Amino acid sequence: MTALLSFKALSKDWFGVPAVSDLTLEVARGSTLGLIGENGAGKSTLMNMVGGVVTPSDGEMSWKGEAYAPRSAADAAVRGIAFIHQELNLFTNLSIAENVFIDSFPKRFGMIDRTRIREDTAALLARLELDHSPETLVAELAPGERQIVEIAKALHREADLIIFDEPTTSLTPRETARLFDVIARLKAEGRTVIYISHILSDVKMLCDEVAVLRDGRLVEAGPAEVFDVGRMIRSMIGRELAGMFPARTAAPQADVVFEAEGLGQPGVLEAVSLNVRAGEVLGLFGLMGSGRSELARVIFGLDPVERGSLRLGGRELAGGPGARIAAGLAFVTENRRDEGLMLDAPVAENMSLVAVRTFGRGPLAVLDRGAHELATERMRGEIGVRAGDIARQPVKALSGGNQQKVVIGKWLMSGPRLFILDEPTRGVDVGAKYEIYALADRLAASGAGILFISSELEELIGMCDRVMVMSRGEVTAEFAAPFDRVKILAAAFREAVA
Amino acid sequence: MRPGLDVALRHATAIIFVCVLLYFAVQAPGFLAMENLGNIVKQSAFIGIAAIGITFVLLTAGIDLSVGSVMYLAPLIAGIVMRDLGLGVPAGLIVCVAAGALLGAINAVFIVRLNIVPFIVTLATLFAFRGFGAFLTSSRQFDFPPAMREFGQASVFGVPNPILFFGGLALIAHFVLTRTTFGRQIYAVGNDAEAARKAGVPVAALRARVYVISGACAGLSGFVLISQIGRLDAGFGEGREFDVIAAAVLGGASLFGGVGSAFGAVAGATLIQTVKTGLVFTGVNLYLQPIVQAAIIFLAVLVDSLREHRLRRLKRRVIRPATDA
Repeated sequence: MTALLSFKALSKDWFGVPAVSDLTLEVARGSTLGLIGENGAGKSTLMNMVGGVVTPSDGEMSWKGEAYAPRSAADAAVRGIAFIHQELNLFTNLSIAENVFIDSFPKRFGMIDRTRIREDTAALLARLELDHSPETLVAELAPGERQIVEIAKALHREADLIIFDEPTTSLTPRETARLFDVIARLKAEGRTVIYISHILSDVKMLCDEVAVLRDGRLVEAGPAEVFDVGRMIRSMIGRELAGMFPARTAAPQADVVFEAEGLGQPGVLEAVSLNVRAGEVLGLFGLMGSGRSELARVIFGLDPVERGSLRLGGRELAGGPGARIAAGLAFVTENRRDEGLMLDAPVAENMSLVAVRTFGRGPLAVLDRGAHELATERMRGEIGVRAGDIARQPVKALSGGNQQKVVIGKWLMSGPRLFILDEPTRGVDVGAKYEIYALADRLAASGAGILFISSELEELIGMCDRVMVMSRGEVTAEFAAPFDRVKILAAAFREAVA
Repeated sequence: MRPGLDVALRHATAIIFVCVLLYFAVQAPGFLAMENLGNIVKQSAFIGIAAIGITFVLLTAGIDLSVGSVMYLAPLIAGIVMRDLGLGVPAGLIVCVAAGALLGAINAVFIVRLNIVPFIVTLATLFAFRGFGAFLTSSRQFDFPPAMREFGQASVFGVPNPILFFGGLALIAHFVLTRTTFGRQIYAVGNDAEAARKAGVPVAALRARVYVISGACAGLSGFVLISQIGRLDAGFGEGREFDVIAAAVLGGASLFGGVGSAFGAVAGATLIQTVKTGLVFTGVNLYLQPIVQAAIIFLAVLVDSLREHRLRRLKRRVIRPATDA
């Protein structure tokens, strides 16, 4: 078999941090390749390079034997590469037929030839066994049906390679079964498929080749027969960690600071219960889309919850974020730049944002500038922010690590009892990571509870007293130190490993 | 959401329209007379034509605040050209639409090429265009030749010219929006600009063209009203951008993009004019009339945001696999 798509020493780094490095791989024409790896292993970056969304920093790609360097997503589409993303690229306000033909409507007398697009689409839908009129609005379709429309689009463009990225996340079992039927038919037609999924048994079942990525590198690739689920998981992990984490200074205390019981929200969370003791760091692990961040938002009162109760220090938590902050909750969001900071405002102003009302004096709550300066300056020393004049320097002028410290400092000023840290070390360099870990340890040692959410298993193992694993909105397992990485990952993948 | 509310939201304009007509019919006999209704449509042509134009912009989730100033400047340019070159009214009409398109193109350059927010760009040109007109006229009234008014009063087969333009434009816009690649791609951009880009839709070119169309329509709208008055005052069209946006939104266009239609804009503009005329008919206190209009506009925007809220709920991400029904 000849290679349809091949990568030679392909690399991509973001501001010096490698996302894909020196990757060489061939995708044979007519094969079905399963691409697997942990969060951040480089799967998305690799596929974005294929799709023309990201330009490689080094190395080469070739397509049908010719050098391939797409400049845009449309470029890749024209060559015959189709993407079925997790978030579908359909226009809900247009009909199925219009979605299929959006980039190239056939015309008759200058107007869209509606008869033709209707008939052609009807033929495509019949091939895919989707029982809808081509004139149905996409808004009226279920998620699984929308995916079939995406596939119809790919077929309409005569795509040779169809890339599926986590296609089954929001599908019902029946829809998933139909999708697999369709994929089998695509294979039978001789089309090449790349299938990316966290559901390893699906990969095992659908694919004839498997490639495993870790830290942007290809760990191993080969025929699917030789990969059982255990080997896939073991191949995905394997990194040494020594000296990356500070030693924990204090053991958890006996009393529970925070308790969540039976949290449920249709489509998002199902019966999630957890508790955090004073001085304890509870890790929350899960793959992308497992519901970790959604849980954090529910606890903090940003999203509604239908069932269950939350207690902080024995008292019921209710109301919006304002009331919960007052009760002693702090939330370091995973999206520092958009949700955690006012980028253009000075460092000091960012730090005092949560506690600002404590600086109000008199009936008009006029800001006591002296006290404000004193307090922010003290906090700067405490958390070790490296900045010039914190009253003037805007936060966006700081490095990622220092920015994150400002976010944590902002919460420290209000003296919270439970910290939710959502991906606190994302986009932060190694040195600053260590400082953030040390800060987390200090918070715990001072008696606060910490809910540490991360997609980096290593840092959870290095920092936590316990680790809970979430998958598809529910807690699938809980582990206490010493941790077994294979078991944690297996729980996240919902696979049983001996 | 309950299906009843759903249907009500989708047909909000029609429902409000029927209620308004019934109310005035009961309050003022003769309101539903053919002549009065004809007058209402004729008077709504002015706002309606510009509303059709701005619907294109709103469909891409953009905004054009400069339409009121274009209504003033484009006919003024046409008037000067007519005077200096001795052109007739039909030629002047073409110059006026072209001038409107050019002013729209200025908006487009700033928005698409320099990537500045439409709100800011068109807010700036709102002042710039009017300022330029004031400079040309020294804020004095500009008189058109008598032929202008004759054109405005004329009719073809008994249909007055303003209604002819209004109806003709509505038909053309409807066909462009529903039957051409350009039209369907506008809806795609408004629904999800990023997805449109990925699908190979020429997003930048589309966004540029909608501002040109909005400018051209605003020019035409100004010309149609001036042809009925015969002169152009310094304050002509001032503040009309809000009537125009209100008409489009009342007709079902969403400020969030992707939803709206040409006939909707027609309905919205006609509804606003119906209310205005009806208030005069029923002798409502002159000073209360703006408040009633405000209430209707508020209602329209409220409906729009309810609709958007509903759409958001449909789009919300779901993690847990759904169960088969």
